[in-house]
Order: sequence, then structure tokens, then C-alpha cells
Amino acid sequence: MSASNEILIAAERLTIDYRADGRWLNAVCETDLQIAPGEIHGLVGESGSGKSTLALGMMRYLAANARASGRVSFDGSDLLTKPDDAMQRIWGKQIALVPQDALASLNPSQRIGDQIAEVARLHDGLSASEANTLAVEMLRRVRFSEPEDAARRYPHQLSGGMQQRASIAMALIARPRLLILDEPTTSLDVTTEAAIIDLIRDLIRDTQAAALFVTHNLGIVAQLCDRMTVLYAGEIMASGAVADLFARPLHPYTIQLLASLPRPTHGTETRLPTIEGVAPSPTNRPTGCVFAPRCPAAIAICGTKPPVEALDGGRLIKCHRWREIAAGTLTLEAPPIQPIRANDAPTAGYTLTTRDLRKTFARRGMFQRRARLVAVDDVSLQVRARSTLGLVGESGSGKTTAARLIAGLEMADAGTMELLDVPLANGARARPVETLQRLQMIFQNPNDSLNPYRSVGATLQRAIYRLSTAKLSSAEINARVMMLLESVRLPANYADRYPSELSGGEKQRVAIARAFAADPALVVADEPTSALDASVQSAVLNLLKDLRAERGVSYLFISHDLNAVAYLADWIAVMYRGEIVEEGDVEQVYNPPSHPYTEALLSAIPNPDPTIKTHRILLNDDANGAQVITGCPFHPRCPRKIGAICEHEAPPYRDAGAGHFIRCHIPVDELTVLQTSAPTMRTGQALPRPETP
Amino acid sequence: MTRYLARRLVLMALTLLLTSILIFALTQLLPGDVARLILGREARPEALENLRIQLGLNDPVPMQYWNWLTGFVSGDWGTSFIGGSAPIRPLVLERLGNSLKLALLALTFCVPLSILLGAVAALREQKFVDGAISLFTLAVVGLPEFVTGLALINIFALGLGWFPASASADTPTLGELLRQLTLPALTASFVLIAYIVRLTRAGVVDELKKPYVRTATLKGLSRRAVLVRHVLRNALAPTITVIAISFGWLIGGLVVIENVFSYPGLGRLMTAAVERKDIPLMQAVVMVVIFFYAAANLIADLLVAFLNPRVRLE
Repeated sequence: MSASNEILIAAERLTIDYRADGRWLNAVCETDLQIAPGEIHGLVGESGSGKSTLALGMMRYLAANARASGRVSFDGSDLLTKPDDAMQRIWGKQIALVPQDALASLNPSQRIGDQIAEVARLHDGLSASEANTLAVEMLRRVRFSEPEDAARRYPHQLSGGMQQRASIAMALIARPRLLILDEPTTSLDVTTEAAIIDLIRDLIRDTQAAALFVTHNLGIVAQLCDRMTVLYAGEIMASGAVADLFARPLHPYTIQLLASLPRPTHGTETRLPTIEGVAPSPTNRPTGCVFAPRCPAAIAICGTKPPVEALDGGRLIKCHRWREIAAGTLTLEAPPIQPIRANDAPTAGYTLTTRDLRKTFARRGMFQRRARLVAVDDVSLQVRARSTLGLVGESGSGKTTAARLIAGLEMADAGTMELLDVPLANGARARPVETLQRLQMIFQNPNDSLNPYRSVGATLQRAIYRLSTAKLSSAEINARVMMLLESVRLPANYADRYPSELSGGEKQRVAIARAFAADPALVVADEPTSALDASVQSAVLNLLKDLRAERGVSYLFISHDLNAVAYLADWIAVMYRGEIVEEGDVEQVYNPPSHPYTEALLSAIPNPDPTIKTHRILLNDDANGAQVITGCPFHPRCPRKIGAICEHEAPPYRDAGAGHFIRCHIPVDELTVLQTSAPTMRTGQALPRPETP
Repeated sequence: MTRYLARRLVLMALTLLLTSILIFALTQLLPGDVARLILGREARPEALENLRIQLGLNDPVPMQYWNWLTGFVSGDWGTSFIGGSAPIRPLVLERLGNSLKLALLALTFCVPLSILLGAVAALREQKFVDGAISLFTLAVVGLPEFVTGLALINIFALGLGWFPASASADTPTLGELLRQLTLPALTASFVLIAYIVRLTRAGVVDELKKPYVRTATLKGLSRRAVLVRHVLRNALAPTITVIAISFGWLIGGLVVIENVFSYPGLGRLMTAAVERKDIPLMQAVVMVVIFFYAAANLIADLLVAFLNPRVRLE
């Protein structure tokens, strides 16, 4: 980061409104944001906080129904007043965007190389062949192993990580001075995300560009950014150096946001601190401090708008009470950490057992060759009574398919399942209502899983009615609806609301209530929190934990968020390309990790603590999911591959004791030694390798 | 791509086979005795029976179908029942040539104009220009062909004298052919223009909302370059499909326009065949129209596949 006071771009009291239903709604309100050359600036906020609007507004890209006021200084002039043709010389050349959804942001019918080369032809006047050569060179710099081949491909032929790296190559080809990255890793796997973050860091350092990195992931900010700005409901709450803000957060929102993150150190005995309430919608912003309605420190004065105050070190804060917090006279009472209740203790026996569950997908067509994909490959799982099995893995690992087989939404090709020691029929249609009562599912996206035309009450009534064997009167059903709403901590009057009137977290609570409509023994939860904001996610995780204690239910909890899994799960199974590669209790699997894949997954989590610089084990992209791999399925990406045996022989499923199993050719005791002796490694560097057994 | 093409060709052959069965079945259902139709009401029973044997009308229906199909495929399209047993093939092929000339000219008029208007309307979505284009195209499509056709004749043929009032394809020079065909082609264009404009507009509006358009804009491309280099190619699939369907209509469905301009096309031939219950002629015309209809759709699908690598490479 630059030590000088030089400023590359500065938003000055930038306000952006957009017009909807005949009135102007405020999305971004009087924000000040400066970025120095070479600086990586993190912009964090929940969904709807206006962070993408602000980031795009800084490059004067506004929606057709939006208007901006204030000033964006770049190169001594105000971008907001520049004519369109002047912006066309700035966009792509001086300021470039790396978007969130790389696939949708690439032209589906143009080759990757041509799309990248177009920027160089436009701005640097290169000929077609010069530009194509440069595009291939850029693809090489963003770490494509075969850049010539990638340049000839179409976007849909690349994996998600490759698409994003191609977008980065496109943004960097004309050597812009500012890169705006709008949640560039949000839809990617944690391993792919780690590789992209690492790449972005290196490239920005090499090119001396500055970057504005928009994200909701505080871990990434801690690991990547120099300075950061915290946005809430369109207003800047705090900004400053990342190290300062993490070490000494002065704004109540920042304090609570940092406290609510599930961390590996939380353990399973506690509840996560949460931020009560929901962010205000643009139609209904408080006139005073926007955070006051959710702030535990709010007092009378917070009904007026706090001023933005500048502190030492370029820090900004917008809070009436920051002086008290800084002086230590006001401590934000951390919500009490409640121990889990006694009756939550796991009991003997299994809620669910699967044996050699198998599912193969075949793509077939009239004249097409069949391509087979083994999504679930002889998976045997046990979910213990009153406990949670966390199933983790990258996208494409088969974890969701396994969940759908168990929930009966897909038909297994082979294998058996038992629920409470009773054989479980293949497919939900073949299951009696008694089984359906005992086995329910929560889906990832409550927007898709709730019927938008049915009120919350009607949704729950229907679930109760469909899952009931007895004849219930409507009064009895309504009484149960109220009980369910209460159990997911929603007010009774929510029964009359429709999904569009609920926030994301509230919708997921309704989906959870629906799963508990009967008396489930097992709830399969497929990424129930990954579509939610951090502050909401912790509340939903707490709710799941409370319900487990109250209702004695077991969970099969599927997630790619290893911290969330560690918080909720007692047992963990790690899945890779359809196989379970490791299972054990949380301590056994995480502390320290044994299987090389688990190790890579864990190292990829960005640690929300800027003082701990973790070195990630970077895995290359799992480019071709349909490709047949012999031997150990992980060997092409494994940083600890020991030799030919990994390529030719399927690894044994070794018993590491006390219910801990590892599928690897490296013997268990050597894995333990490796993990404890080797602090930090990356691919490409020499790794301690054990002797071939 | 070869695999895709092969698959589509087989499907097209199956379509044609199925329609041939349908056509044959339908003509069987038509009321009236063919032999009596040909020989007239006063014919003697023996003569009728002889003719039936001669025409194969006493054979089982599947056999009649088989004989007709094999004959048709090998180029023997039979003779017209009425009008002195004229051979059908030269007659149909001549009319087909006329219809093709008119159809191509009509498409040349309306396709580029409609795509331009559709793209402009999409870029000015909800603005004045968009509204004006919508109003104009809808007003034009709302008018029946005989109204627009007669209006054009009144203005450009009878009034200004630029073009003839009736069209003929039987001219030696290309210039004269264009002069003959301009008014009927314009009339047909007026019918099609609204469909193509509206589909193009919808396609471009949809594409403009996609994130890759933002990417293209933020590369620093001008609005025109964004549209031409990025958007149109992805937006035109529905337009291409509707043009193919329109082509089928232009070949076989221009009955009104051909009548207004006294133009000898396939549409008029088909109505004549129906009026005179000339079954072999009807069958031949319908088969030819269906063939071009299917071929146009095949070409459209290939074009869409060419434009969209996701269709092409799957």
C-alpha cells in the first residue's frame, strides 16, 4: 500500500438514488471513499446495503433508472459530469470491472480469447493477431495451464474458477489503474476462492493497480485488503485500515458483525452472538442513525443522524457513541453465550444409516454417446441419534445428490438406507406418511422452496395436514401453526404474510418450521445458511441448534462452509467426487486435518483475523468433472501424492481409531506427522512426502 | 455439428413422411366419388368401375398410399383429374419457381428493416421511438392484405404508374422481374414486419438485461458496438425461427396477395385444386409446401446452432 497521501479515486458525498414505482429511493447516501494507488480496499456490507451500487457508481456505471449526486474524483476530474464518450475511454482502460457471476458476464457465443483481445484492440490499438497473442499471455498470467486451448473455448466450456480467471484476464489486459471487483468469488467453492484471492493479490501487486474489493466475507477482507469500508443501509458506518478495524472496532455494527462470525475456535458448546432484527429496506429507512433500530447501544440521540467523524490513520466513523466505546466506558454487552441444554446430549443408536448408496447420472440422446457420471459412489453414512452429521465438499462432490437420495427426491441405483433401524424405501413416493413425518428436508434457497402465492400460515397448514395421520380440525391445525412459528422465533402475525414480505432469514425460518411440521427424527439441511447474510446466518444456525435440543432431532447438515459445519456438527464426513474420503468427529477431522483434501479445504477458509496470515494449500481447478480418474480420485490435485500407487490403486479406507476413517494411501500415523510438522505449504513448493508404503 | 445435422435430417425425413400420411388420409376423407367427379354425373356404372380400377381406387388404402408415395418420390406426380389429364409436376414446379421469387424478394424487403426497427425499439425501450415503431408495425399488421395490396396498387400503379397493377413472373430481365414483384412483395412484407420487429425487440430487450452486456459496456465499447458485436448474435434466435415459419407461409399461403395481383403462385394453384377436388394436384402442392417449410426450419435451426455454441457443442 502506498505510504504517500496520493489519492487515485475518491467518492465525495456520493449519493445514488433509483426510481421505482414513481418515487426516488435512496440506495447510497453521502458516502466518502478514497483509494490510494496500489491499495486494495475492501467494501463490506450485507445484501441490500448498496455496496455493489456504490462500487459501480464509483466507475459511474448507473442503472438506467438511477441518478447520482456528489462527486467522484479521478485524475482530477469528476466522473459524474463526464460525457459518455469520455467514459468509454476510461472504462476498460483506466478502471475495469471483475463481476460476480463470471459465466453470465461473459458473452456466451464468443470465444474467450476474442473477448479478452477485444479490450486490447479497442484501447491499445493492437491488431487482431497482436491482441490475440496478448490475450493468450494474459490467460497464462491468470494461471491457465493451457492458455492457447482456453482462448479457443467458449465460456460454458470452462469451470467456474476458470471463467472468473478469464474475467480477471479481461479486466487486466489494458493495464487499468483501478480494478473494481464485485464479489468475484461469492459463487465459487472455498478452494477455488482461495486460488482466485491469491491470484488477485499477486496480480495487483505486480501491476501496481489499486482495487476496490466488494464482498460480504470478512475473512477475505482480513486476508486480502489494506483498508476497508463498512456499509450499512447505504451509509458508511466505519472505514479505515483493516488491521485497526479488526483489532479495535469502534462502531457497534462492526463490533457485532465481527462477533457473529462462526470461527473454528467457537466449538460446539456455545451459541453464536447475533445481531437482532433485519436491515431496513430502502423504502423504510430510519431518519436518525440507520443502525439504531438494531443497535444494543442506541439511546435517544441516535434518533438523529450521526456526523461522519475522521479519526487518526484516515479512519472514518459514523456513530454518536464511538468516543465512549473507544474510551472503554461503553462496552457492548456480548449476548450471553448459553450452553446447550442437557437433553441435547447424543444418545446411543443411529437415526440414519446408509450402506453403499450409489447414484449414476447418464446423459443420453437419440444419437449421442452416453456420458456417465457417478455422483454418489458407494456412500455409507451414519447419523447418530440427537446429533448432527456435517457433510462437506466442493460443488460437484455429490453431497447434494446424497442428501436428495436420503430425502427420497432422487432414486438411488443401489444401496440401502435405514431410518431408525427401519428400512427406508427408495424415493419419497414409495414412503408411507409415517416415514415422511420422520424425515424432512430444508433447502438452500428459501426464495425457491416457498410458494410465493401462499401465505406463511397456509404453507405450514398444508405441511401439517399432509403429514398428519390423524384427522385434525382446523382449530388444531392453526394451534400447531402458532406453535411452529413460536418455535422458529417468528411472531404469530407472520402467519398472514407472504414470502415476498419476509427477509431472507425469515423465509428460511418458515422453511425450517415446515420441516418440523410433524415430528421429524432426521432433518436433511442442504446448505440452509449459504444464501443468507452473515448476521442472519448465525441466528439461523443458533435456531437449528436450539431445535435440536428441544425436539431431539438429528441433522444431516450439508455445507461448503466448514466453519458453520464445525459450529453445528458433531460428526463430519468429507466427500470428494462421490466418495467419502474422511469421517470422524469434529476434533478428529479438523484438529489437525489428516486427509490431504480436508487439509486443503480447511486451509482455504479465509481467516477473519488479519493478524493471522494463513498460507493456503492451493488446488488446481477440478476442470473436467466427467473425466474418468483411476486410483485415488483426488490424485490429480493432491499436493501429497506419493507416486504411481495413487494413480492406479484405489486407496484403502483406513481406521484411525475411535470412529475416525481416512481414505488415503498414506498411512494414518504418517499423515498425523505430516500435518503437525508442516506448518505452511503451497502447491509447487516441496512438500514433505512420506516414503511409498 | 455433423452429428447434429444428421439427426436433424432424419427428423426432417420423418416429418415429411408423417405429413404425407396425414395428407393422404385427409384426401381419403373428402366426400364424393372421384370417378364420378371425373366422368361426370351421367356416367355409366361400367365406365365408373373401369376408371376406378384404372386409378387403383379399389385397392386397399395402404396400397394406394404406397403407390402414391413411391410414385411421388420417383418423380411421377401423376396427372391432374381435370383439364385434360395434364401432368402435375411441370405445373407445380413452375408455380413453385414463381412463389420462391416472390418469397425471397419479400424477405429481402422486410428482414433487414424489421431487425433494424426491432433493435432500435429495444434500445429506446419505453421511449417515444419504441412506441412509434410499435404503433406503426401494429397498424400495418392489422390491415388485411387485400387492403394494403389494393392501396399500394392505387398509389403506385394506378396513381404514380411506377409499378404494374398485376404481377407476372414471366419476364426476361431481372430489373423487369423486380418491377413486377415489388408491390406484392411489399404487401407480404407488411404482414410479416410486425412479427419480426416484435420478436427482435423482445430478444434484444432480454439480452440487454444480461450481465455480459454490462461487461461489454464497461470494456469501453460504444453503444453501437455493444449491440452489433455482442447483443444481436445472441438475441436473434427467436427472430430466425419466425422468419423460417414466415417463409413457409410465403411459399404456400399467399392466396389473397396472389389473387389481388393475379400472380400465378402456389397458393392460387392450391385453392384451384381444392375447388376442383383435384386430389393428386392438391397432394403434390401440399407436399412441396411442407418440404420447403421443413427445409426452412432446418436451415433456421442450423443457423441458431451456428450462432449459439451451447447448442452447437453439446
